Amino acid sequence: MTITGIAAIGAGLAAIGAGVGIGKIGGSAMEAIARQPEAYGKIQTAMLIAAALIEGIGFAALFAV
Amino acid sequence: MYICSKIDQDILNKSITLTPVRTVIFSALFLAVSFLGFANEKEITQEETPFDPKAMILHHVKDAHEFHLWDWRGSPISLSLPIILWTDNGLTSFSSSRFHHDDEGQTIVESNGRSFVKLHEKIYQLDAGASSISYDSEHHPTNAHKPVDLSITRNVFMMWVSVALLLLIFLTTARNYKKSKDGVPKGIAGFMEPLIIFVRDEIGKPMIGEHKYKKYMPYLLTIFFFIWINNIFGLIPILNGANLSGNIAFTFTLAVFTFIITTFSGNKNYWKHIFWMPGVPVPMKIFLMPIEIIGMFVKPISLMIRLFANITAGHVIILALMSLIFVFKTAAIAPVSVAFSLFITVIEIIVTAIQAYIFTILSALYFGMATEEEH
Repeated sequence: MTITGIAAIGAGLAAIGAGVGIGKIGGSAMEAIARQPEAYGKIQTAMLIAAALIEGIGFAALFAV
Repeated sequence: MYICSKIDQDILNKSITLTPVRTVIFSALFLAVSFLGFANEKEITQEETPFDPKAMILHHVKDAHEFHLWDWRGSPISLSLPIILWTDNGLTSFSSSRFHHDDEGQTIVESNGRSFVKLHEKIYQLDAGASSISYDSEHHPTNAHKPVDLSITRNVFMMWVSVALLLLIFLTTARNYKKSKDGVPKGIAGFMEPLIIFVRDEIGKPMIGEHKYKKYMPYLLTIFFFIWINNIFGLIPILNGANLSGNIAFTFTLAVFTFIITTFSGNKNYWKHIFWMPGVPVPMKIFLMPIEIIGMFVKPISLMIRLFANITAGHVIILALMSLIFVFKTAAIAPVSVAFSLFITVIEIIVTAIQAYIFTILSALYFGMATEEEH
C-alpha cells in the first residue's frame, strides 16, 4: 500500500469522525429544541457554529491527502 | 379590494386553462426535446476521446481566461476576456481569443515582442529563441516561464458583475429610504430590510455586544451579501462555474480582512489573554502563550478553508453525479444521476446562505472576542 493509500484511509477516518460529530450536534440540538421550543433560534445558532467548526477539521483532513 | 381579487381571479382562469390533455401533451413535448438534446450529446462524446470526468470537473472548478458558455457542433462558444501580462518588456495585453481555445500550448501569440502560449489555463512566456514549447518527463515546460498575470479572468469578471449588482441593489435600497417620508421601505428595500435586520439582530448584536456592534456592521453586511451573491452565481449553470467563492485566493483575501480587523480592534484584555493568560499558574501561562498565538492565525485560516472547501465540494459533487451518465454511457443511469444532482443542487442553494452566514457570524464572534471587556 502506498503513502497516498494510507493518507486516503486517514482522510476517510477523519470524515467518519466529522460525520459522527455533526450527527451528535444535530441530534442534541433536536432534543434541546424539543425540550425548549422557545429557545429555537439560540440553539440553532450554536448548532451551526459548532457544526461549522467540526466541518472545517473534516475539510482540512481531506485537503491533507 | 374584493373587485381587484375578483379581476385577478378572472385573468388567472382565462390564462391558465391547462386541461389534463394539454398537460400530457406539454410534458411529452418537453421530454422529447430533452431526449433529443441527450442523443446529440452522446454522439459527440463517442466520436471524441473517452470522457474524462476529472478533467471536466477541474475545468469547471478552476479559473479560466475565457468564458466558455457551451459547445455548438463540436466547437466551443465563449466570451473572450482580456489577458494582461507584466513581462520583462513592460505591460502587454491581448484578447484570449487569439489562443483559439487552445489550452495545450500549441498556439503561439506574439505580443509586444514576446511570444506566449496557454497551457492548462496558465500563460507561459517562451524564452528568447524558442519557437515551440517543450516539456520534461513530468510534462512541465522547460523553455518557458510564467510572467506576472494580471488578466481579467472569468472569476475577476464575475466578481465585478457581482459588485455592480450589489451596488445597484444597495444604492436603490438607500434611495428608497431617502425618498419615503415615513421611513416605510418601498420596492426592493422591503426585500432587503429583513435581511439587513437579520444580520444586525442575529449576528452583530449577540456576537459583538449591544454597545460596540455598530462599528462592525458595514463590514459584516458587506461580507455577508458579497459571499452570498457569489455563492449563488457559482450555482448558475449558464455561467459555467464562475466558481469565485470556491477560489482559495478569494476566501484568503476575505479571511485576511477579518484577521486585520480582529487584530487592530483587539483591546488590552484580548492581548492579555493571548500573551499572559490570567487566572492560571505561571508554567501554564508560558505553555498557553504559543498555543494562543497559533490560534490567532488558525482562526482566519479555518475561515478561508471552510468557505473554499464547502463551495468547491458542492460543485464537484454536482458535476461528478452528472458525469456518471457519460462514464457509464447509458441513458438508464440518467434519471438517477439527474435526480441526485438536482437534490444536491437544492441543498447547495441552502448552503450558499448557510456559508455566508457562518463566515459572517464567525467573523463577528472573533470581533466580539477581541473587544470583550474584563469580567
